Amino acid sequence: MERIRATFNRLRRAGRKALIPFVMGGDPSLALTGPLLLALEQAGADLLEIGIPFSDPLADGPVIQAASARALARGATPQRVLAAVASVRRRLRAPVVCLSYWNPIAQFGGGGPRAAERFLRAARTSGCSGLIVPDLPVEEGARLRAAAAREGLAAIALAAPTSPPERLRLIARASSGFIYYVSVTGTTGIRRALPPTLIQGVRQLKLVTTKPVCVGFGISTPAQARAVARVADGVIVGSALIHAMGRARGRAALGRAAAFVRRLRAAV
Amino acid sequence: MLPDRTGHFGPFGGTFVPETVMAALAELEQAYAAARRDAAFRRELGGLLRDYAGRPTPLYHAKRLSRALGRNLRVYLKREDLLHTGAHKINNTLGQGLLAVRMGKRRLIAETGAGQHGVATATVAALFGLACEVFMGEEDMRRQALNVVRMRLLGARVTPVASGTRTLKDACNEAIRNWVTTVRTSHYCIGSVVGPHPYPMLVRDFQSVIGREARRQILAAEGRLPTVLLACVGGGSNAIGLFHPFRDDRRVRFIGVEAGGSSLAPGRHAATLLKGRIGVLHGSRSLLLQDRFGQVLPTASISAGLDYPGVGPEHAYYQLTGRARYAAVSDAQALRGAQRLARTEGILPALEPAHAIAYLKRLAPRLRRGAVVIVGLSGRGDKDVQTLADHLGADGAHPRHV
Repeated sequence: MERIRATFNRLRRAGRKALIPFVMGGDPSLALTGPLLLALEQAGADLLEIGIPFSDPLADGPVIQAASARALARGATPQRVLAAVASVRRRLRAPVVCLSYWNPIAQFGGGGPRAAERFLRAARTSGCSGLIVPDLPVEEGARLRAAAAREGLAAIALAAPTSPPERLRLIARASSGFIYYVSVTGTTGIRRALPPTLIQGVRQLKLVTTKPVCVGFGISTPAQARAVARVADGVIVGSALIHAMGRARGRAALGRAAAFVRRLRAAV
Repeated sequence: MLPDRTGHFGPFGGTFVPETVMAALAELEQAYAAARRDAAFRRELGGLLRDYAGRPTPLYHAKRLSRALGRNLRVYLKREDLLHTGAHKINNTLGQGLLAVRMGKRRLIAETGAGQHGVATATVAALFGLACEVFMGEEDMRRQALNVVRMRLLGARVTPVASGTRTLKDACNEAIRNWVTTVRTSHYCIGSVVGPHPYPMLVRDFQSVIGREARRQILAAEGRLPTVLLACVGGGSNAIGLFHPFRDDRRVRFIGVEAGGSSLAPGRHAATLLKGRIGVLHGSRSLLLQDRFGQVLPTASISAGLDYPGVGPEHAYYQLTGRARYAAVSDAQALRGAQRLARTEGILPALEPAHAIAYLKRLAPRLRRGAVVIVGLSGRGDKDVQTLADHLGADGAHPRHV
């Protein structure tokens, strides 16, 4: 949480915007997940978002669905993904936020009413600074937010283009670290064009909050990232990055990811 | 009265969906609250259920089946199989279709397993002049090919789902993803008492016509309430529809029958209430077939309509509070149940309610003599003729794999 605040303060003072790449933990492999995070930071990432794979990712389009399925097939579990973060945490300066659907969190360490608390503690000790749960709207998230605050973790809430003004205020109040603005009415995935109403949507959200607003879902090219960064405090790029790694395995995947992030960095 | 204001049935239910559809859920809840107070809406729905769908359905005293079971049992079948489109699903799609029109939506989205809900949605879309897209697992499209043709004849687009297990669970994922993308113009017509609030309540209310009629009919026929209500449970809409109007009749026992598949080993069945743990899938917290990391397990059942790793949150609540009990019936037993009803009563049931029919044999010895049982006969078996032929031989008489 502190680390995220410090990062945005530093960026704000420098007049810069955050570049936040998303990768799926365990894809292309668990062994490469830590080195991939290091490579992304070296290529210019300011924050790192890492996904915990889930069998039924219903906010995700085909690219991240496939990444999730590959990661699960290679044995990724929440514990192993967090261990991969922990393995490189000391060498990273950028804060790491993890993204997980609610069910793997609710089952963490044997399930039961304390599962989310156990997950948050494990996330904190692994060096994560925040958490995003795409299928947990603010109404269902009160307990998780309180528990995250006790662990010093940011609970990052999502706002959507379909969120009416009163919900935007509710989300802005509930969110900590930053607010994740979903750029499209849809799932994650590569888009040729972003909706023309996006800029207006981000401005509307910024009217009701002073917290940083980062935009994700569908941002695919350096030009799109640049356009979004003009109004937002950060841009999140997932599917396009995973697509850029393509079928590459091993170090080759790292090289491709880093090259793509450098192009984004130059644009943002 | 459950669910509570936030859509929970005790620890179950709730709203676990991407933010993008939260406004649409609120809109649906408001539209439904307004509609149920509106006499014109109730009149219109009641008229369609009567004149278009064929309600009320008979409550038929199955005398030969009763005799075969012995103990002077009096088994009644609630004949939802006689409805237009062949199953209870039309009760719900007519209601949701009218709501969609009231909300100004121009397109319906649906998931389907056995194809019955897909057909019922496509039917209502045609009736109201709405576009319709139905998501269906590739595996289900193969085993319920007849219903795929029916949906297309009705003007619906049937989109194959090739991800995951290629059955109902993945069709739900794809329907939700499509809804997230088209939420401003489309209504997601969920086919069972699952999904985020207000769906479990909404679908239950529309299906409760089954139990309201059955209660009136059994009192007229027997002058007393039934001993047991028996229905199959996948997501659980026909069971809740039958049970709910009897919920305050404390002496009426509810039994739900799940798909026991080929065995109760992980991945071989769909008996969520028996084998599931609390978890979140498709927008609500309920019981769920999952591994210890919270990944959803594959399921298997001879009946596509029960082949689902989740279950409606109200059923999970009924089980927790002891209001209902749940059991599982295997594929082989369900096939024999379908045969038994066909031979004794001249009624070929769908493979889903065949699970409930099959359970009668296990239940009968435990009932006092003269007990009255109502079985929800949720759909007819035409769609399953190919599956029956594959398993019983083309003459429908000689079990091969069972």
